[in-house]
Amino acid sequence: MADLTTDFLGIKSPNPFWLASAPPTDKEYNVRRAFEAGWGGVVWKTLGSEGPPVVNVNGPRYGVIHGADRRVLGLNNIELITDRPLEVNLEEISRVKRDYPNHAVIVSIMVPCEEQAWKDILPKVEATGADGIELNFGCPHGMSERGMGAAVGQVPEYIEMVTRWCKQYYSKPVIVKLTPNITDVRSPAAAAKRGGADAVSLINTINSIVSVDLDSMSPEPSINGKGTHGGYCGPAVKPIAMSMVSEIARAPATAGLPISGIGGVTTWRDAAEFITLGCGNVQVCTAAMTYGFKVVQEMISGLSQWMDEKGHTSIQDFMGAAIPNTTDWQYLDLNYVAKAEINQDDCISCGRCFAACEDTSHQAIAMSADRKFSVIDAECVACNLCVEVCPVENCITMVEQPAGSVDPRTGETVVDDYANWTTHPNNPGAVAAE
Amino acid sequence: MTSPMTPGIAADRLSDEALAQNFADLHEPLEPHEVRVAADRCYFCHDAPCVTVCPTDIDIPLFIRQISTGTSEAAAKTIFDMNILGGMCARVCPTEELCEQACVREASEGKPVEIGRLQRHATDTLMAQNIHPFSRAASTGKTVAVVGAGPAGLSCAHRLAMQGTDVTIYDARPKAGGLNEYGIAAYKSTNDFAAKEVDWLLSIGGITIENNKALGEDLTLDGLSADFDAVFLSIGLGGVNALGIAGDDDDSVSDAVVFIETLRQSSDLASLPIGRNVVVIGGGMTAVDAAVQSKLLGAEQVTIAYRRGREAMSASRYEQDLAASQGVKLLFNVQPKKVEAEGTSVVLEVEYTATKDGKLRGTGETLRIAADQVFAAIGQTLATDGGLTLEGRKIAVTGAGRTSREGVWAGGDCASGGDDLTVTAVAEGRDAAMDIHVTLMGGAN
Repeated sequence: MADLTTDFLGIKSPNPFWLASAPPTDKEYNVRRAFEAGWGGVVWKTLGSEGPPVVNVNGPRYGVIHGADRRVLGLNNIELITDRPLEVNLEEISRVKRDYPNHAVIVSIMVPCEEQAWKDILPKVEATGADGIELNFGCPHGMSERGMGAAVGQVPEYIEMVTRWCKQYYSKPVIVKLTPNITDVRSPAAAAKRGGADAVSLINTINSIVSVDLDSMSPEPSINGKGTHGGYCGPAVKPIAMSMVSEIARAPATAGLPISGIGGVTTWRDAAEFITLGCGNVQVCTAAMTYGFKVVQEMISGLSQWMDEKGHTSIQDFMGAAIPNTTDWQYLDLNYVAKAEINQDDCISCGRCFAACEDTSHQAIAMSADRKFSVIDAECVACNLCVEVCPVENCITMVEQPAGSVDPRTGETVVDDYANWTTHPNNPGAVAAE
Repeated sequence: MTSPMTPGIAADRLSDEALAQNFADLHEPLEPHEVRVAADRCYFCHDAPCVTVCPTDIDIPLFIRQISTGTSEAAAKTIFDMNILGGMCARVCPTEELCEQACVREASEGKPVEIGRLQRHATDTLMAQNIHPFSRAASTGKTVAVVGAGPAGLSCAHRLAMQGTDVTIYDARPKAGGLNEYGIAAYKSTNDFAAKEVDWLLSIGGITIENNKALGEDLTLDGLSADFDAVFLSIGLGGVNALGIAGDDDDSVSDAVVFIETLRQSSDLASLPIGRNVVVIGGGMTAVDAAVQSKLLGAEQVTIAYRRGREAMSASRYEQDLAASQGVKLLFNVQPKKVEAEGTSVVLEVEYTATKDGKLRGTGETLRIAADQVFAAIGQTLATDGGLTLEGRKIAVTGAGRTSREGVWAGGDCASGGDDLTVTAVAEGRDAAMDIHVTLMGGAN
């Protein structure tokens, strides 16, 4: 059976599934339940400076985008960092780490952008025995208005500066958590690396308004008639998170920098995908908040089964395996030709492929009087829209056209040779083929 | 109190609670969350097969999408645009043979989108708010007589009223609604829905109903043609076919239609007498409605005797299964031969049948079934033809319900074509109304 244990920055955990810094990790009680349920590690909910803790709103903190049957597709929150006293959290962290030496316990921290503030808190955190820290440079609401969270994460120079302080005043691994609310995530990632970060984790939540109450005209969640943007997470953000992860994994300045993947991990498959894009582990929040801690059991069994099926004995075996295949558009093979093919036995004649292609794409699907749908190869550009709107999985497939055959759309013979945009005659900036 | 085992014909066979349960909605209305889940299953098919088979061409994918986005009122409007009796049709349509059979999910997984129940949700939502979503166009100055206040007549009258024409509906019975009110199993139209629907439909204005006026008795086609600019006949099939066998004049033998009508009009089901042993002869919806309701009233043994095989039954397989699930015995390939008195009740003798050389013949083998009541449900006939040309045993029509007489249209069960369904009658009434309107306004014909 596959070995799911992970070693991330020297921090061992029984599996790559960590709970992200969020409500599920705010208290000893929750974290103990999480470890008992099978989670490999936790990032403790963000600690602030000593003194009176922050206060949260006393109304709704969450808003959701629902799919069919009220499936949670995206979750928005306006909760702040921990609203419990620093000392209480530190004591609880110490106890938990003592009782769970083989699980990862990371402490998330967010204090003002002043050296003294970090100098004050880091020794206290170090004293808990926790395995490392994560710098919350991503929280997009409330804290950013006070010059912390995303307000720091959006300024690479600050990231570098604070990271350096942390490396100076703390002896264990430092993970920098990045905000996606920025134009190019590679820049803060590179700053973190320059500051000496051992790893980055991403993404934090995305600025969001999930809904507006059309009666009260207030964004939701609404606090006495007023709403504010929150941070968006859950399955809906996974594609954005994976793209950002891949950019950091591929950029020369940050390639090889360990990454903890966050953003919509809901199943073992999501986790596997993040890992193939270079993550050493993943962090989960929304799935746990939706289904409870038990959901990790499926993640563990699923990843284990898949690894066994593929012959992977450890996470390392497939970590980053998809990075070499992640490229820029300009390097995609323009000589690759595919055509949609509809399996008539599986077709249920709903006509969605036809409506989508006829109305919004290339008029490449024919519909007969008796509702038979067929692909017109001379028009099909293999865009894949019909595949994606077809309610029957694998009823429509994209079939690669063999070399030597003629593409009836272009009249050109399909060739085996790779050719991309950089050398294409239509490209004004084309370079001569080597 | 009696029981199902009490011999002979008796009232009070079941408790009030049991009767209330038996005659409650056959399909409970969907709960709000069920609505969301059911609506989400619709694929919003292109040129959807369900619409193609709907006699009234309701845009089903559109109304389901409107439901799914929280605008069931708009969904209801989509339905009523094509079928003003969409509320009743949601309850009585054999959806398993129409829209739901055509649903691509029926083909792919054997579980169609629950179109009928979603339609009921939408129409109930709007009607519960007592909103009538249509208003009348400017007056055309024309008047039309509609004879028969059943689905075809109501549909025709409403569409004409919408166009600005004043309509008088004459109906032979004390209440409007036709078979919606007097036919149809009670568990398909609970809480006096048929009457409520008529009231709601009439709220458009411009429609007057005169009850207890029958064609051939109180009214003549000549008189109506003289008094109105056009006439629409939707008189249904008022006569019933007799069994035509020895002993069919026995008191134990009666028409299923009359039994159902009595039941529908009863305010106290417990007071209705029903036999311990009941036999219903026939194979259509009337036979099933009579048999199931006999059982629900407390009859112990109920048998449907049909002269052909199951596949030839005009009642759908769904209805057959409904009857079977209620404990009704389905007896196929038997034809009635005679009714004989035996003790205080009778015995119905049936002969087995077989089809030979394309003709149904008795085999000579017989079966005797004890019966306290025998209901005949072997079809209905036109009560009066008004002197119009017939096609078979119905009023011949061409196009959108034009009869052999100028200025007279016909639709619903009394007219040729169609399949004797409520939804077909609604479509015919609607289309005739549009044809009448165009004709009266001097348009092309």
